Amino acid sequence: MDLVQLQRQFVDYKTSLYHEGFLDEQFTQLQELQDENNPDFVVEVVSLFFEDSERLLNELARALEQQNIDYKRIDAHVHQLKGSSSSIGAQRVQKVCIAFRNYCEEQNVEGCLKCLQQVRHEYSLVKTKLESLFQLEQQILTAGGSFPM
Amino acid sequence: MAHSVLSDWIYLPAQTPPSLLLNYFSFFPLKSNQIFLISFLTFSPSKQSLLYKMLSCGAGSGGCSKDMAVELGDEPHVLAVDDNLIDRKLVERLLKNSSCKVTTAENALRALDYLGLGNDTLEGTVSEVNMIITDYCMPGMTGYELLKKIKESSVLKEVPVVIMSSENIPTRISQCLEEGAKMFMLKPLKQSDVKQLKWHLMKCRN
Repeated sequence: MDLVQLQRQFVDYKTSLYHEGFLDEQFTQLQELQDENNPDFVVEVVSLFFEDSERLLNELARALEQQNIDYKRIDAHVHQLKGSSSSIGAQRVQKVCIAFRNYCEEQNVEGCLKCLQQVRHEYSLVKTKLESLFQLEQQILTAGGSFPM
Repeated sequence: MAHSVLSDWIYLPAQTPPSLLLNYFSFFPLKSNQIFLISFLTFSPSKQSLLYKMLSCGAGSGGCSKDMAVELGDEPHVLAVDDNLIDRKLVERLLKNSSCKVTTAENALRALDYLGLGNDTLEGTVSEVNMIITDYCMPGMTGYELLKKIKESSVLKEVPVVIMSSENIPTRISQCLEEGAKMFMLKPLKQSDVKQLKWHLMKCRN
C-alpha cells in the first residue's frame, strides 16, 4: 500500500473511532500535547493507561470474589478507572464505569459483576483499536510520511 | 530571611529565592556589589543571570521595573498532586507546555513533605513553589484537607492552590473556594484550562 492510501486509511479509521464513541475530544487533546520535543507522548500515556487498567480490572475481579464484598474498595478502583479513561478519551470505558459506581452504591453484586464484564469488554475493544491506530501511524512514518498530515 | 552582616559584607544563603534577592538589592546600595560577587558563584546559573539583569537595571538604587518581576516569574514552579498516574502525567505535560517547572506528588502527605510541612521533611530540601494544583479525591488526605493545611501555614498560605475534580458538585466547589482555593477545575484538564490558570497566576504575582 502506498503512502497516500495509508494516510487515507489512517484518517478513516481514526474518524470511525470517534464516530463509534470509542474516543472523544480528550484524545485529540492528548495528540495536541505531542510535539517534536515529546514525539511519543500519546503512546506513553496510552501505555500507562493499559497497564493501570489491567491492574485495576484484576483488583476488581478479586474484590468481587470475596465472601464479604468491600464496596468502598471496589468503588475506589472504579473511580480510578473512570478517571484515567476520561483523561485519555476512552469514552465507552468511562461510561460503563459510571454505571458500575451506581451499582456499588446500591451494593448490588449482580450489577457489579455485569459491569465488570462490560468494562472488560469495552477496555479490550479500545485497546485493540488504539493498537491498530498506532500500528497504522508507524507504517506511515516508515513509508516516509509525517504527522500532522 | 537570615543573612549575616560583617562590616560592609553581606552574605546571603544560596537558596535565597529570586523575589527576596530583589528586596535585598533595593535595600542595600550598590557599593555592596563587590561582596555580591563572592557569593555569586554559589547561586545557580539562572539566578546569576537574573542578578546581572537586576544590577544593570538599577535594582541597587531601590527601583525595579515591573518587567523584571514578570521575568522572575517566567518559569513558575508548580507542585501537582494526584493519586492517578495518568492524570499526573497529563497535568505535568500541560503545565510544561505552558512553560512551568513541574514537581509531582502522588498523595497529600508526600506533597506536605515536599512543601516542608510534613513529618518527614529533610533539612534544607524545601523548595520554593509558586502554585499548587491538587486533585480533590485522594486516599488518606483529600485535596480539601491539603488545602486547609496549606492555608494554616504562615509560610505557605499565600501560595495559590487550585483544586481539580472529575465531579461537578457545587457544594464541593464552594467549600474549596471558601477555604481559600484560587480556582476549581473540572477534569479532564485541557490546554486551554492550564493557559487560563497560568494567566491568573502571573496576574496575582504582579
